[in-house]
Amino acid sequence: MHPGRPVLAIVVLLVLLGGAVGLQAVRERRPDLTPPQVSQSSLLYIRSGSVLQRAALSYDGLVADLYWIRALQHFGRTKLSTREGKQYDRLYPLLDLTTTLDPRFDIAYRFGAVFLAEAYPGGAGRPDDAIALLRKGLAQQPAKWQFAQDIGFVHYWWKHDYTEAAAWFRKAGQMPGAPNWLEPLAAVTLARGGNRASSRRLWQEVLATARVDAEWLRPQAEFRLAQLDAMDQIAAIERVIAAYRARVGDQPSTWADLIRTGFLRGVPRDPSGTPYAMNPYWGTVTLQPDSPLAPLPVEQAP
Amino acid sequence: MTFRVIGRVAVNVFKESVRDKVLYNLVVFAVLLIAASFLIGQLTAGQDVKIIKDLGLAAISIFGLLIAVFIGIGLVWKEVEKRSIYVILSKPIRRHEFVLGKYAGLVLTLTVNVVVMTAAFYGVLAVMHWKTDPAIRAAWSVSALDPHLLVAVLLILVELMLVTGIALFFSTFSSPFLSAVLTLGLWVIGHFNADLRNFDQVLASKPAIWLARGLYYVLPNFSAFDVKAQAVYGLPVAPGYVAFTSAYGVLYLAFVLGAAVTVFARRDFK
Repeated sequence: MHPGRPVLAIVVLLVLLGGAVGLQAVRERRPDLTPPQVSQSSLLYIRSGSVLQRAALSYDGLVADLYWIRALQHFGRTKLSTREGKQYDRLYPLLDLTTTLDPRFDIAYRFGAVFLAEAYPGGAGRPDDAIALLRKGLAQQPAKWQFAQDIGFVHYWWKHDYTEAAAWFRKAGQMPGAPNWLEPLAAVTLARGGNRASSRRLWQEVLATARVDAEWLRPQAEFRLAQLDAMDQIAAIERVIAAYRARVGDQPSTWADLIRTGFLRGVPRDPSGTPYAMNPYWGTVTLQPDSPLAPLPVEQAP
Repeated sequence: MTFRVIGRVAVNVFKESVRDKVLYNLVVFAVLLIAASFLIGQLTAGQDVKIIKDLGLAAISIFGLLIAVFIGIGLVWKEVEKRSIYVILSKPIRRHEFVLGKYAGLVLTLTVNVVVMTAAFYGVLAVMHWKTDPAIRAAWSVSALDPHLLVAVLLILVELMLVTGIALFFSTFSSPFLSAVLTLGLWVIGHFNADLRNFDQVLASKPAIWLARGLYYVLPNFSAFDVKAQAVYGLPVAPGYVAFTSAYGVLYLAFVLGAAVTVFARRDFK
């Protein structure tokens, strides 16, 4: 390039850059010009945490962060995917690698357990893996009452094993620094199992804790409390329908029947603002399928 | 006066590195951290401060390592290659003063780098600290501005001083490429030190076990300088550990520089 012609040089450079950008744009539009696709998210190059720890040299903390971000992306992408038969099969290995590289990565254990335990397709539907991950955390930090509480929680909410849940709540309550509501919660769980009142108590305590030291749990707790509110509202509306049936002698066909006769003031809406659906044959009330709160958890006898 | 001569060579090396735009890496470091602090909050489910700490300490270490290796290996070689070594050695400067001055100059460059990077690191953490709601901040197990991070930075600097010494040693007798390979090789092996110590658990041969054990003691133990995880989680690192590890680094460095001076003193430049 001639040193005395800077304008010409800039123009030539811009033309060259423009050419490269243009070719890239062409590649975008031509599938035959794009490189063969290998799904990066489906690859897990190293499965052994100890090998990865050595390979990371002294940067295991940073590599753990990268694996944590990968775990979040894998979970988020799979959760949002509309593909049939989608799988969260790399979620546990990614969380396991993260926590092997950085054994004090508390949120990877706790948040990871939420992802693993959540029922499929919203989550991996693997409460056993969630418990294994939390137990690994507890082995690393035996005084961390939050891990024991979370194990109890997974037994309670996802496995409906109230005896185990109570045992873990009690264990957590006896750890140093644990809040004083955990041991009473253990007693309530053991006595009343998975009834709605004890579930509400559990989520209210989780929400109170989340406001202090686990902000990431707040949306989950608020969501579950809204679901419990919806279950209470459905029960109340079904009682109103029963009263209508007793007075009129027939099932209401629509919400309008109940409003016209003064049993309801308007179309009842769930806590997300979506109208409830009524089955006119059975007189039952459910969430609309497109309600953000659907599906409601299944209540099981203790 | 030996120290005055060493000082002059060191200042020249520092000025040369400034002229060579080595300090531009500080801009890259600052941009990396600031960009990461904006992006990571969106990706990491509330772990942004922890990740910025990991990233900041790793970046200080990696940038420093690259400078130590890739400038360290050229310190002596460049003078020989340009034949300016004849002019330098014809002046009232002894060979050991030249080698030690070169080393001190690069360490000065590295120290300035590390100090500025640490200041920028704390600057980004301070912004994150002030931007976070006080109620959430109160729940952090470790403050964003935790001074424990400085302990990790101190040991990173000692590690970099040792790496620089090793790079300089290799550059006194071999080509830059070979020096870089050997220095980086030693640095990697130095992080596998614990494996060398435990070879008896996987080997049956006594001589192989003794060899591994011997290498464990002789090769520089770089893993000892790594307290980044403790610093990030605010776990205390005993002052005795820091003092002992620093003393180990300084003693090993003295050995490496002694070897570099000895080799360079015996080199024939005809």
